[in-house]
Amino acid sequence: MTKIKNILATKGTNVITIRPEQSLKEAVATLTKHNIGALVVVDAAGRLAGIISERDIIRAAARRDDVFTQPVSEVMTRSVITAVPNDDLRSVLQTMTNKRFRHLPIVEHDKLLGIVSIGDVVKAQLDQYQGEIDTLQTQIIKGEPQ
Amino acid sequence: MTQPGTETNPLRVAIIGSGPAAFYAVEHLFKQTDLVIEVDMFDRLPTPFGLVRGGVAPDHQKIKTVTRVYHQLASHPRFRFYGNVEFGKHIHLADLKEHYHQIVYATGAQTDRHLGIPGENLKGSHPATEFVAWYNGHPDFRDCQFDLLHERAAVVGIGNVAIDVARMLCRTPEELATTDIADYALEALSRSRIKEVYLLGRRGPAQAAFTNPEIKEVGELADADVFTRPDEVELDELSRASIEQDKVTQKKVEILQGYALRKPTGKSRKLYIRFLVSPVELIGNEAGHVSGMSLVRNVLYQTEAGTLASKPTDHFEELPVDLVFRSVGYRGVPLPGVPFHERWGVILNQKGRVIDPETQGPRVGEYTAGWIKRGPTGVIGTNKPDSVETVNCMLEDLVQGSILRPAQPDAASAEQLVRERQPRYFSYADWLRLDEIEVLRGKALGRPRVKFTRIEDMLAALGRS
Repeated sequence: MTKIKNILATKGTNVITIRPEQSLKEAVATLTKHNIGALVVVDAAGRLAGIISERDIIRAAARRDDVFTQPVSEVMTRSVITAVPNDDLRSVLQTMTNKRFRHLPIVEHDKLLGIVSIGDVVKAQLDQYQGEIDTLQTQIIKGEPQ
Repeated sequence: MTQPGTETNPLRVAIIGSGPAAFYAVEHLFKQTDLVIEVDMFDRLPTPFGLVRGGVAPDHQKIKTVTRVYHQLASHPRFRFYGNVEFGKHIHLADLKEHYHQIVYATGAQTDRHLGIPGENLKGSHPATEFVAWYNGHPDFRDCQFDLLHERAAVVGIGNVAIDVARMLCRTPEELATTDIADYALEALSRSRIKEVYLLGRRGPAQAAFTNPEIKEVGELADADVFTRPDEVELDELSRASIEQDKVTQKKVEILQGYALRKPTGKSRKLYIRFLVSPVELIGNEAGHVSGMSLVRNVLYQTEAGTLASKPTDHFEELPVDLVFRSVGYRGVPLPGVPFHERWGVILNQKGRVIDPETQGPRVGEYTAGWIKRGPTGVIGTNKPDSVETVNCMLEDLVQGSILRPAQPDAASAEQLVRERQPRYFSYADWLRLDEIEVLRGKALGRPRVKFTRIEDMLAALGRS
């Protein structure tokens, strides 16, 4: 059964994070530089403090003009759902779809291990289905007994 | 310097390993019609196909027919196989960098994870992966000893490997005689006195990893009755809610609930599929041999991300068993000089590009695919999208010019190197001859093949020493 750690395994070890006191300008620059949609916010001790996504920034921009000078902590989502490496891919997909969130930090023993996006999760699920279909087709087409 | 990939300057790729992930990488490489690519595939065994030969259960021959696809790929004029050549022993990373533009590690997950409980190393407690490699005739494991003269065996785990092992223990000699099981294993299993097999799942029936055909199959064994316990296959509220939209799992649970209603039919073996239990200790007798295990009952709880995970209660039971097969997952083995993620048992990588742990950036020219890349999950076909992702990174890097610059990028000098380092290497032509002999030996006995299980015997069969 595919686990979240199987997705995390192919994502390297480098997690892009930002500190709560950094500005939204820096957040936007970091998102753009790494071509991603959300940043995990961690405090000085490396603990998860929140998450900030493109949507959070858009919402803040709709409220006020001087949005870019605001600190990340003002705009970030504080109550973040997190996963552990052993979470089942399928359950995570279900939860992300039902609760409508797109980025999931992976935490183990209070340590941030990485982040997976809905795109990562859907791709892993698709790969799994594709693999199953392919295996079945090979058996049907090539599998006549000798 | 011109980019390799042309008739005069082909892109030279080395792949370590010859299982499904390795061959799907070859497939996607050879699909690049605008590039001339040469692939040399290395395996530490003389025989190709990885777990398809050495892992897939002998009574699942149909699954093994996937090798016909690999065989077609191996017939490509720019493909070479170097069997019986071990990375880190006969050839090293530095050698490969001399001869290839790109290297792919596709060595799979060769060993087992530990349970981490007292008594795990008592006599009679074995990794299921060793048993699987043994009955499949893997040369490294052919001399393992499994004392099948005991009556009760437990298989810890409930994935594909666990159910394969349980099923193989329940098969009759007649059922096994038509498979390509190793000869010595057929003989040992024919003398087996196993009467009861327990398959132990940590979570409930709705979380079981095995497929519906697999679970139906054990209900149709020639001489083994299968049972579940009504209280363990009854779904709790969380499980029920989690499969509300999932017809396939609902069917699986239904089949398992059906097994709870079965009555003994007088078959000589019994397979008990248990749920919501975890071994906490293996108990030994005076001789240091397993005589039982202590199990704790589990309950399910929901993690924040929605998974139904298990946690122990304070209810314990003792299960008298004399043989234990631990099957809580395969795990990769580190390759010399290649960055490794110890905890997950995979090569450090990003989409298949090997990552340097210091710089956290990619190591030029090094890639990984399959179970050693993502961990042991999915069916054979799941390795296809996995390998495609890796090869796409390789092609991107080629365009960027981010490849190795080997001093001797030609097939002949690579072959010469192999010949010097390991004169007893097997080419694909050698394997084809071996394959033919195996199949021929099987024909006389009504079996798909009779495997060679010693490297010496393989050499001798080809008239080599």
